[in-house]
Amino acid sequence: MFSLNKVSLDINEGQIFGLLGPNGAGKTTLISMLCGLVKPTLGHFTIDGLSYSNHSSKIKKIIGVVPQEYALYPTLTARENLHYFGSMYGLKGADLKDKVIETLDLLGLLKFADKQIHTFSGGMKRRVNLIAGILHNPKVLFLDEPTVGVDVQSKNAIIDYLKILNQNGTTIIYTSHHLAEAEDFCDTIAILDQGRIYAKGTPKTLIDATENARNLEDVFISLTGKDLRDVI
Amino acid sequence: MLYKIWMSIVKEFLLLKRDLGGLIILFIMPLVLVITVTIIQDSTFKTVSDTKIPILLVDYDKSSVSKTVFDNLQKNNLFSIVTQIDNKPITEEIARENVNKGKFQLAIIIPKNLSADLQAKIDQNVENIVNKMGFSDSIAKREKPKVIQQKEVKLYFDPAVQLSFKNSVMSSIDKMISQIETKSIYTTFQNQFGEENTQFEQQSFITFKEIIPKINNKEVLPNSVQHNVPAWTLFAIFFIVIPLSINIVKEKSQGTFVRLLTNPVSNLVVIIGKTITYSVICMIQFYMMVAVAIFLFPHIGLPALNIEGHLFLMSVVALFSGFAAIGFGILLGTVASTQEQSAPFGATSVIILAAIGGIWVPVFAMPKIMQLIAKSSPMNWGLEAFYDVLLRNVSFVEIIPKISLLFLFFIITTSIALFYDKKKRTV
Repeated sequence: MFSLNKVSLDINEGQIFGLLGPNGAGKTTLISMLCGLVKPTLGHFTIDGLSYSNHSSKIKKIIGVVPQEYALYPTLTARENLHYFGSMYGLKGADLKDKVIETLDLLGLLKFADKQIHTFSGGMKRRVNLIAGILHNPKVLFLDEPTVGVDVQSKNAIIDYLKILNQNGTTIIYTSHHLAEAEDFCDTIAILDQGRIYAKGTPKTLIDATENARNLEDVFISLTGKDLRDVI
Repeated sequence: MLYKIWMSIVKEFLLLKRDLGGLIILFIMPLVLVITVTIIQDSTFKTVSDTKIPILLVDYDKSSVSKTVFDNLQKNNLFSIVTQIDNKPITEEIARENVNKGKFQLAIIIPKNLSADLQAKIDQNVENIVNKMGFSDSIAKREKPKVIQQKEVKLYFDPAVQLSFKNSVMSSIDKMISQIETKSIYTTFQNQFGEENTQFEQQSFITFKEIIPKINNKEVLPNSVQHNVPAWTLFAIFFIVIPLSINIVKEKSQGTFVRLLTNPVSNLVVIIGKTITYSVICMIQFYMMVAVAIFLFPHIGLPALNIEGHLFLMSVVALFSGFAAIGFGILLGTVASTQEQSAPFGATSVIILAAIGGIWVPVFAMPKIMQLIAKSSPMNWGLEAFYDVLLRNVSFVEIIPKISLLFLFFIITTSIALFYDKKKRTV
């Protein structure tokens, strides 16, 4: 049994690449491998021409990861969390402090900088979670469902900020169940199911290539079916 | 790397500062523990105690032997003698009932005619000896000796009393009875010879004296504080396993650990950060407990802890014991998936390590197999190193083997944790 099977992908620099699929399709496994959390038993991949087997530390310096859960210390303030995670990327001193203030401000959280995370709403936590992954201006940013469970305002703030990051040269690899959001946000999409890539292309080419499809959701249902995908 | 370690330490201290429950476990509970246990142990073992254990004495003899037993028990500061309940004399039945219900811990039943029968038995024996030696009147007709039944002093113990208490009481009573018998034998011989100049010296010829070790020409008398403070300080230091393992499990469940794995920082830096933070906590715990034992104990009727010239070496032992506890905590936190696993397992394993390490029962008093197991307990290495420094006055060189074992334990447990974590992440 393989979580992923014969997955072959090229993601170009500067792309916003959407990885879509039902529950248990292998999206999180693929992202975890690309982030260096899980070692593949077979096959290989490179990021910016580097592989984990030889350049683990170099890769970790150029990637940013925004996990699905709020990976923050609830009893630390937003500022304390960001100072800590920023320092783990090698940032320090005034650079770190300024970067934290700048990003908190951009995402509308500066006035809550010294409040403990456990007092934040879901949307606020998501935004801090995002900032913790981008403080070091990563070349490649991995986002695992970054807008799940947040209000529309927070979702828009996150997507808008990600677009700014992308315009500044960050390649974004993103998973989501929000197909409309992905259709609007991503320039390339791969649909993954049962560990295989079923389709890959721009949202428009995928819609055009699928009979009777009006949007990405129709493409998704057409490729993955209507059966429930409950996984334990 | 140093900056990352520093920021990890700052983060750990901030997390601890905002965890009131954790702070209570780390700082208040060890103090409560060391004060409570030392007070209890001190009153159990000190010879001059304000608390006397009431015991029942049922005297069916009402003669010289029972009077001697009564006088000796009265003189013993450990007991107060009760001979009546509700102004009524106690019978064996009443005594047994009271002891079985736990109202009294001990009842002594002195049988009827004990003094008379003891004297008669001794008279018979002495007369026999004198006859064999040819001192008796050969013409006098010898009567057939009367059969005297053996006498039994009965002891009833509360079933809940500990074996050590029972053994100590039985040994005291046995000694008392032997002394009474010896005295009676001497007196009988004296009476047989019937002369003034045959006064026997009844004091023991062989006595014993404890030679107390001297440090700086001053005798260091071991007391309950000198024994208890190192033992329970060590116990408290090892309890750091619980908050530390919970801290690691929380990092895993919160996702912060996963985030750290994606950062350009090695797991070793994270572990070094935790080790330094919790080592500082261990040392604060240690100094707090030592300070309480030196400054507070004299105010609550306990002897002050005497650490004259030993503070540095004791600090070294505390630090290395802390390392061993931290290594165990890191391993437990890494292997456990939930706090429900790590907290009870941590608490139980620390108690087991304390038990086999000799915190409650000295290792020399354990069965052979347990003595061997004790030698492999890090708490035993720490305890022995503390005793070496505080009570045996050894030098730094002599504690190197024990602190090396403690450090080795830290290295091994931490390495297993790192290896386990790496393995677990490989699919």
